[in-house]
Amino acid sequence: MTINDSLIVVIVAAAIYYGTPLVFAALGEILAERSGVINLGVEGMMLLGAVGASWVAATFDGPAGIVLPIALVVAMLFAAAGAAIHAVLTITLRVNQIISGLALTIFAGIAGVSSYLAGIWKLGQGPVPNQFDRVDLFGLSDAPVVGPILFNQTGLTYLSWLAVIAVSVYLFRTRLGLHLRAVGESPQTADSVGVGVARTRYVHVLIGGAFAGIAGACFSLSIVPQWVNGMTSGQGWIALALVIFGFWRPDLMLVGAYLFGGLSSLRFTLQARGIDISSAVLDAVPYVMTVVVLVLVSNSPARRRLGAPAALGRPYEREER
Amino acid sequence: MKTQRFGFRLEPRADLPRYINITVPILSFLAALAAGAVLLLATGENPIATYWRIAERAFLDVGAINGTLIAATPLLFTGLCAAVAFRIGFFNIGGEGQFYIGAITGSGTALALGADTKGWVAIPAMILAGAVGGALWAAIPGVLRAFFRTNEIITSLMLNYVAGIIAVYLIFESESFWRDLEGSGQMFPKSKTIPLGAFWPNWSFGGLIVPFGLVLGVAVAIWIRVLQKRTRFGYEMRVVQGAPTTARYAGMRPGRVIVAVAAISGALAGLGGAAAVGNFRQVLDPKGLQQSGYGYSGIVVAALARLNPIAVIFVAILIGGITNAGYSLQGADFPPGLVGILQGLILFCTLGGEVLVRYRLVRTTTPPPPVPNVEVAS
Repeated sequence: MTINDSLIVVIVAAAIYYGTPLVFAALGEILAERSGVINLGVEGMMLLGAVGASWVAATFDGPAGIVLPIALVVAMLFAAAGAAIHAVLTITLRVNQIISGLALTIFAGIAGVSSYLAGIWKLGQGPVPNQFDRVDLFGLSDAPVVGPILFNQTGLTYLSWLAVIAVSVYLFRTRLGLHLRAVGESPQTADSVGVGVARTRYVHVLIGGAFAGIAGACFSLSIVPQWVNGMTSGQGWIALALVIFGFWRPDLMLVGAYLFGGLSSLRFTLQARGIDISSAVLDAVPYVMTVVVLVLVSNSPARRRLGAPAALGRPYEREER
Repeated sequence: MKTQRFGFRLEPRADLPRYINITVPILSFLAALAAGAVLLLATGENPIATYWRIAERAFLDVGAINGTLIAATPLLFTGLCAAVAFRIGFFNIGGEGQFYIGAITGSGTALALGADTKGWVAIPAMILAGAVGGALWAAIPGVLRAFFRTNEIITSLMLNYVAGIIAVYLIFESESFWRDLEGSGQMFPKSKTIPLGAFWPNWSFGGLIVPFGLVLGVAVAIWIRVLQKRTRFGYEMRVVQGAPTTARYAGMRPGRVIVAVAAISGALAGLGGAAAVGNFRQVLDPKGLQQSGYGYSGIVVAALARLNPIAVIFVAILIGGITNAGYSLQGADFPPGLVGILQGLILFCTLGGEVLVRYRLVRTTTPPPPVPNVEVAS
């Protein structure tokens, strides 16, 4: 037995694999919330993305290099279409963001559009022919410790790392990112210097939706990888908690996503090793830990310095003062 | 000020007519049906035929209405659960989990009391157990929100999954007190059936069957209305919702009010869970409970009822009709997922409708008059 078979390496590698959808979903939600819009529809948007990706992969035959990128784009479009409903209602019509997001999850989710479309398209017959397989990056997958953890993940994971870097740079190193943060912190100020509040919010809610779509595709094209109703099983909600856990910063969120990816994967990892722990306990761990972590983060001293965007959840009315 | 381009603007209305309490929900509901029809058309289904089948199986004969009342009973309780909590700005979306816990404690109590207990003891005991179970489960996000400033939306939702896992564990993964370990229960995991004496009654009026749970729910809805409108606690709820700082200055304790409302809200959902076992299922059926999703539908009920407990009664019957039709039509020519789609659309349209009541849509061709900058004398 080599070091790469040791439990700790296996768990960390699995944490990154299972954490990848959380990274995409939470990254999208960070963008939306940084603009001041909470979108509780993440779970529903993920399922829209999952069903869109699953449809492309199951219907269109072709080389993986063509089918999979198309599937990802369709997943992004599907989820962004869901986000568009939320955007119109919360930004233009200024309705309660909480209830609108819940409505989106009910509309799109386990008993809604996603299962409707899956029914029409007769998905879920079996694993899709084209999946995101593990990529042996630079031929280093057998390198001790770092091989399985860093160099033997799927293309989606590598894409998520690029996305985290891109979003971090965008948020904190570009003018547009500054505008975005200004809109989320003080829309009045942003408006007064000519930053379009509504436009900024629309763009980031839609991009946030597209990210959730990729997160859904992670399930239907890689983790599961076929259509199962409600296959995201609450991961969208965990992504929402990760945004708070990461203090609305992509780098801190990444840590949380892998922590929760690890917790979600424990069941499979430990059972594959024949370690006998009740599966009910292991199933409940990610959900219970979300509550525990949220309580700790909400009361940590850092919260005062790195809080939520000040205008989060509040519609912007130019006339109001 | 920037000149406003040609477009639309929302302008607040000065007065709110009373009739909006009725018209908004009705128009929202119709708008949702219209939006659903577009989706059905786009995917090659016939909307009129589909809606007609739903109406038929929901309301158009006695058998359909009986099924609708059965589906409406849990929705009445989960609808009240959401309505009570949302009214004070406590977004308890854990009705689903509180419902499971109520089903677990309710059925556990009925099983523990055994076959010799009379109904007039067993049924109130189940009601109490369900309510207490749901209340304790909901008190967790309540306490975390009130005293640890933790977002109740996520915590209450996470606890839904935990409650579901507990229910599945009790029947499928353990030899618990709830599980039937004799006869066919050895082959296929299932729960013990509660004793006959603990079955909740149904009253028959010439073919129409009214479940005891529904009557209880109506009574509870009226009690909630009185609590909100006629008591000191109801007043405190309004102040805590509207102005937490004022509440604190006035000597109220917003934290306690939040926890109390969370517990009441959870008790209602738990009661619904006990009713689902006592009145209809007579067993603890985790998979069945999870498939129904009564807790999430309760949010739709509460929103369409504009958080009014009395209106919840009628909306629960309406949504119960759709749910019931969804069950009985599930099959080849009825698309799955339609029930959730309609519920989501109803929520969207209710939200949109609220806006069009509070505001007027005004066309802006010219820039609005500048608002004078009033300096506050210091």
